[in-house]
Amino acid sequence: MSQVGQVVGILRKLNEEYQSSTPKKLKLIDAYLVYVLLTGIVQFAYCLLVGTFPFNSFLSGFISTVGCFVLAASLRIQLNKANQSVFNVSPERAFADFVFAHIILHLVVVNFIG
Amino acid sequence: MLLTYYFWIKAVKSGSIMWSASCALAYFYMVSSWGGYVFLINLIPLHVLALMFTGHFSHRVYVAYSTVYILGTILSMQIPFVGFQPVQSSEHMLAFGTFGLCQLFSFIEYVKSKLTKTQFDTLFSFALVTVGFAAAGAGVVLWASGKIAPWTGRFYALLDPSYAKNHIPIIASVSEHQPTAWSSFFFDFELLVFMFPVGIYYCFKELTDANIFIIMYGMTSIYFAGVMVRLMLVLAPVMCVLSGIGISSVLTTYMRNLDVNQLKKSVTSTAQSSTRARRNDDSSSYPRKNEIAFGVVCMMTFFLMTYVFHCTWVTSEAYSSPSIVLSARSGDGSRYIFDDFREAYWWLRYNTDEDAKVMSWWDYGYQITAMANRTILVDNNTWNNTHISRVGQAMSSTEDKAYEIMRELDVDYVLVIFGGLIGYSSDDINKFLWMVRIGGSTEKGAHIKESDYFTPQGEFRVDKSGSPTLLNCLMYKLSYYRFGETYTEQDKPPGYDRTRSVEIGNKNFELEKLEEAYTTEHWLVRI
Repeated sequence: MSQVGQVVGILRKLNEEYQSSTPKKLKLIDAYLVYVLLTGIVQFAYCLLVGTFPFNSFLSGFISTVGCFVLAASLRIQLNKANQSVFNVSPERAFADFVFAHIILHLVVVNFIG
Repeated sequence: MLLTYYFWIKAVKSGSIMWSASCALAYFYMVSSWGGYVFLINLIPLHVLALMFTGHFSHRVYVAYSTVYILGTILSMQIPFVGFQPVQSSEHMLAFGTFGLCQLFSFIEYVKSKLTKTQFDTLFSFALVTVGFAAAGAGVVLWASGKIAPWTGRFYALLDPSYAKNHIPIIASVSEHQPTAWSSFFFDFELLVFMFPVGIYYCFKELTDANIFIIMYGMTSIYFAGVMVRLMLVLAPVMCVLSGIGISSVLTTYMRNLDVNQLKKSVTSTAQSSTRARRNDDSSSYPRKNEIAFGVVCMMTFFLMTYVFHCTWVTSEAYSSPSIVLSARSGDGSRYIFDDFREAYWWLRYNTDEDAKVMSWWDYGYQITAMANRTILVDNNTWNNTHISRVGQAMSSTEDKAYEIMRELDVDYVLVIFGGLIGYSSDDINKFLWMVRIGGSTEKGAHIKESDYFTPQGEFRVDKSGSPTLLNCLMYKLSYYRFGETYTEQDKPPGYDRTRSVEIGNKNFELEKLEEAYTTEHWLVRI
């Protein structure tokens, strides 16, 4: 029991730390990530309940959410000032790449959705 | 394939989403052209796993792999042949698993950066117990219920080379699928065979992300090239790359010791002492550095020159002749051309109905489709094993049984290749045993046994002592129709088969259910 209590305490501390130290831009991206995650969970739950009949539509929609999540997470990593040493892309370049990948992703998703 | 790898390395080095997206697009092009894309989709996750194990996993790798995997997977599913395999078959599971592992790793890194060590440890152990068990349980359920398909035959044969021989004759029949002899390695690569390990050594000396990739690519492709001759083409680029690294590293090391000035400085004494001083300053001292360096550089130059000569010779001898037009030297040295294949295909194109169906062995499928523009039953894609087996059963049965099968398959023309008149050794009678094996490998052909086509002593003969089953099957009759009256060589009886070097056994027979439509000039193609 005490372990659960400890974990809850740690999670609360994590939340505090997060709220205070993250800049606004990154928090915006994080909110977007949470939203995309929720859409993905809703799609998967629907698939479990109703069945996979148009399997290509399910796959296309689900991969679209996973793709959006991954691309936004990559953008967040690249925009984070703490990681500046690892990459050598400017913020504008990071965003432009993000848009480029999204164009490809959505073209394919629309083609696959059937 | 190389474009995909190039973009992958660029993506790993820079961590930019643009290179990763380009890598995914190049991968899509690869998927649309060759089934060997499975090699790519397993090598890239293996590389990521190797980076994780050696502690090189960074944010760049996360960005690169996640983008490549997601875009690559959905792009590859656009190709009908691949369909839903990326989420259902075992060959793609490594990529899927590595993707999940990447997400986990990055998330754990992020949480670790926000907490102290003790706090992180408790949180981590708690999460491991709950989430870990749930995930493992789900995985076992999925695998046990068969939702994840096991490895398909053609790739399983790479891991267990005896599998194809015992279970799937059609894979075993392709000559390109045989294990590689060491002489083919030397024939195709010459000097590179020796510089390949040197390149690997130099890559190990300086382990960057890209070097780890090239080492893995080299080791996996050399294993696969050893299992199957055809996969030499996967090995060739990485051989060139690693040998290039090896040669340039060797040359750089020794050129540094080359002291051109020493020749001039033997004139002045001050210069001589300075050279001696310079020699003493070098960290690893061994005598006569300059001479050895000169010798090594000369030796490498000589090797490279002979390599160029070898390559041009090999290309002109082995890789420059088309196999659809054959040539031979006649007695006075002039070249004689056999253009029978094209002759037959053009006859088909202009003298048959547009919707005529041609039955032949799968080797000639693409050629007939492209040049004769007629529908065929089976082609080089060898996609449908049961259908090919049916064609094999038709070729191995007597004329009556074969007629039933041909009526069932709605065949108008049958095409066979016969080399007995000119001594061409890649004809259908020489391939016939494979037709028998493949024909007998499915349910409908269970009555076809290979041993029926051999003599009691176990030999494959087409002369009088040949097995009666062989002498009366469709392939024999179509190849040797009217051959019994033909004279092929001086002093030999009529019906002398120049490829098998025997006089044929069953000579004067008539065809009951089929009739001869066309035979080319040198009897190579018979319709």
